Amino acid sequence: MPEYETHEYDVLVVGAGGAGLRAAIEASALGAKTALICKSLLGKAHTVMAEGGIAAAMGNVWPEDNWQVHFRDTMRGGKMLNNWRMAQLHAQEAPDRVLELERWGALFDRTKDGRILQRDFGGHRYARLAHVGDRTGLEMIRTLQQHAVHKGIDVFMECTISRLLKDGDRIAGAVGYRRERGEILLFKAKAVVLATGGIGKAWKITSNSWEYTGDGHSLAYWAGADLIDMECVQFHPTGMVWPPSVRGILVTEGVRGDGGTLKNSEGARFMFNYIPEFFKAETADSETEADGWYEDKKNNRRTPDLLPRDEVARAINSEVKAGRGSPHGGVFLDIASRRPAEYIKRRLPSMYHQFMKLADVDITAVPMEVGPTCHYAMGGVRVDADTAASTVPGLFAAGECAGGMHGANRLGGNSLSDLLVFGRRAGMGAAEYALGLGAAPSVDMAQADEAVSDMLGHFEREGEENPYAVQKDLQETMQELVGIIRTQSELEQALVKLGELRERSERTGVEGNRHYNPGWHLAMDLRSLLTVAEAACRAATMRQESRGGHTREDFPGSDPAWGRVNVAVRQGPDGSMQIAKEPLPQMPDDLRKLFEEK
Amino acid sequence: MTEVTMAVYRGDARGGQFVHYTVDAEEGQVVLDVVHTIQAAQANDLAVRWNCKAGKCGSCSAEVNGHPRLMCMTRMNQFQPGELITVAPIKTFPIIKDLVTDVSFNFEVAKEIPAFKPRAPEADGTYRMMQEDIDRGQEFRKCIECFLCQNVCHVIRDHPENKPKFYGPRFFVRLAELEMHPLDTEDRTELIRNAGGIGYCNITKCCTEVCPEDIHITDNAIIPLKERVADKYYDPFRWVFGKLARK
Repeated sequence: MPEYETHEYDVLVVGAGGAGLRAAIEASALGAKTALICKSLLGKAHTVMAEGGIAAAMGNVWPEDNWQVHFRDTMRGGKMLNNWRMAQLHAQEAPDRVLELERWGALFDRTKDGRILQRDFGGHRYARLAHVGDRTGLEMIRTLQQHAVHKGIDVFMECTISRLLKDGDRIAGAVGYRRERGEILLFKAKAVVLATGGIGKAWKITSNSWEYTGDGHSLAYWAGADLIDMECVQFHPTGMVWPPSVRGILVTEGVRGDGGTLKNSEGARFMFNYIPEFFKAETADSETEADGWYEDKKNNRRTPDLLPRDEVARAINSEVKAGRGSPHGGVFLDIASRRPAEYIKRRLPSMYHQFMKLADVDITAVPMEVGPTCHYAMGGVRVDADTAASTVPGLFAAGECAGGMHGANRLGGNSLSDLLVFGRRAGMGAAEYALGLGAAPSVDMAQADEAVSDMLGHFEREGEENPYAVQKDLQETMQELVGIIRTQSELEQALVKLGELRERSERTGVEGNRHYNPGWHLAMDLRSLLTVAEAACRAATMRQESRGGHTREDFPGSDPAWGRVNVAVRQGPDGSMQIAKEPLPQMPDDLRKLFEEK
Repeated sequence: MTEVTMAVYRGDARGGQFVHYTVDAEEGQVVLDVVHTIQAAQANDLAVRWNCKAGKCGSCSAEVNGHPRLMCMTRMNQFQPGELITVAPIKTFPIIKDLVTDVSFNFEVAKEIPAFKPRAPEADGTYRMMQEDIDRGQEFRKCIECFLCQNVCHVIRDHPENKPKFYGPRFFVRLAELEMHPLDTEDRTELIRNAGGIGYCNITKCCTEVCPEDIHITDNAIIPLKERVADKYYDPFRWVFGKLARK
């Protein structure tokens, strides 16, 4: 029998980025006894790395903007695979959530008349992103953290949840551990909110940190919840490519929003050659029109540099393949020749700093070299739009680990707003569920003991497989075979390799003891990494078309029939992964009309 | 590829020592990359904190060749080829293991600072603030909470017994940000003077020197706060006036 440090809560929020913090604040405000689990220290979650801004149709810069336009942009950016209701709530509520941050102390950049300034971003018709230079995520997480600290929420830093516990078909709690000394934690909880972020650490070139191992996706899957759209993975078009040690680190889309343009080795602005039919009517077809758009949106159409991310990433990929790439295998992103140095330093201070310090490149003088980097999982836990409830009673999900909101491709800026809108809704949903529940569910200690024996089992095998080596091989497999461009034979190969990696992961041994041990931690993370990798791979095999963040070389076009279904992933009764096509929720006619205009 | 030798502190509260590791380093690497290479190949249980690897999260603070730095922003090419590089945990906070320290002091201080308390909004429910009125506040809010300023502040680095009565530079930055926020209505001067212990700071600017965000901690945050405290509590005219007014 393992020793447990036991706690009891109404609502347990797993993950302390924007969504988790916002959920915890809401649940606690509604009177639920709330705990917040941070995989790292508080305030270090992935949200802190977000750069460009929070998309919200406040109309501060372009009064023509409103929620309907934002909703339409979001759905079109997602190639209409989005859960329409989530996209609607998101567009309607994002402005209130931004203003709420201001009431809680955030200092956004200002317009001349003292309101919140908004910047241009890919796929958004109007300048819509509330921002603070290029460190908006830091502003957001700090504001939420400083607000939460006075709200009576119990914060568990450097703790990781390994398994959810159930009482019959509903949630009863969770098991995890404290990193510092390796103590085992048992949470009895009426409701659990998953807000664990993404899955990018399954790929080699990624903008994601060590935390992004698909924990929430996997916890939900093992607990019997549905995942959707797992094939849709966003490769951000602009990551750093040189030097090798920084490959993948994000270069904000704000560079293009503020006037930067993509060029190939011949100096050509190649994005004009990659405007898809779907976006032709709203995209500039000459450099003059594109450059005029920044100042005059009425008489010019948007620059193709700001097409949605999936389009730009594929274009860069094609230019490099065609031999028109930069010396280190990317393309050029030039703001130096287009905007004054002072403007660049003021608008993009952390990009300036990052390139100067890490690559010896002065972005006010020469172009940057950039290329695609694995950035965001559109797929995640299937949730009810209004309450963020998953298909398992008592289990909720918000932010990147929830699916549906972004469809096949997320627009830049829509992530931070998603965290706030659905973080709040998940907190509400979980608190209402927990407070409405009669008796607390009972915890089955056999389930907890089994989870703990899996966690501690790694110490009983000595050095057979190095967890770091298994992770590296997994990242290379996913990069090579389940990357931006996929094909049947490679996906099949990937599945075989994932099977081998799973066997190796079961033989990983751990050096040392339970005291702050990253090797042990990684050995446990491999389980969730392999689960989300398999889900992405199997879903990608099933969707025989190209759409958003899922491109098939063998099925290059979009197929309207596939546009009407999600690919759902769930665990079968025998423990194997099951994949199914399931119809999208139907959009009501009044919203459908928004797509008839050009 | 070049061979580098790094001496990394291995140990915990009971003691420890520098262990030498030799690994191949790639072009453009930073200290954190080399630590990760060591961890993956030679010491799976080597404890180190990190998240963003781009100077944005403030997790990987350490003392590199004795200098407090973010490991992710310290390039290997700034060292001489063949030079032994030492990496130790930051000294001001108790060690947990290897390069990881217990920084909970900072999270406890954060709880003591009264929350932002805004004035009433405009008639339309929103606020107006001019950019020039928030430039200074935005400078303070660049803070990534790496706690390097706390680490080098000799008030607590050399005198841990001062910790219960001194918030440290990070929190003077936070307090200055709140005090200078155009919307805030709370007065924290008494807290800054008393519980915060700003009088202990004798403006040696060590904090400013190590700030990876180039926040002018001493000049822009601490000195103005000291002035506010002096104005309120030590201005002889105000003091006399205050006494008379109370009578």
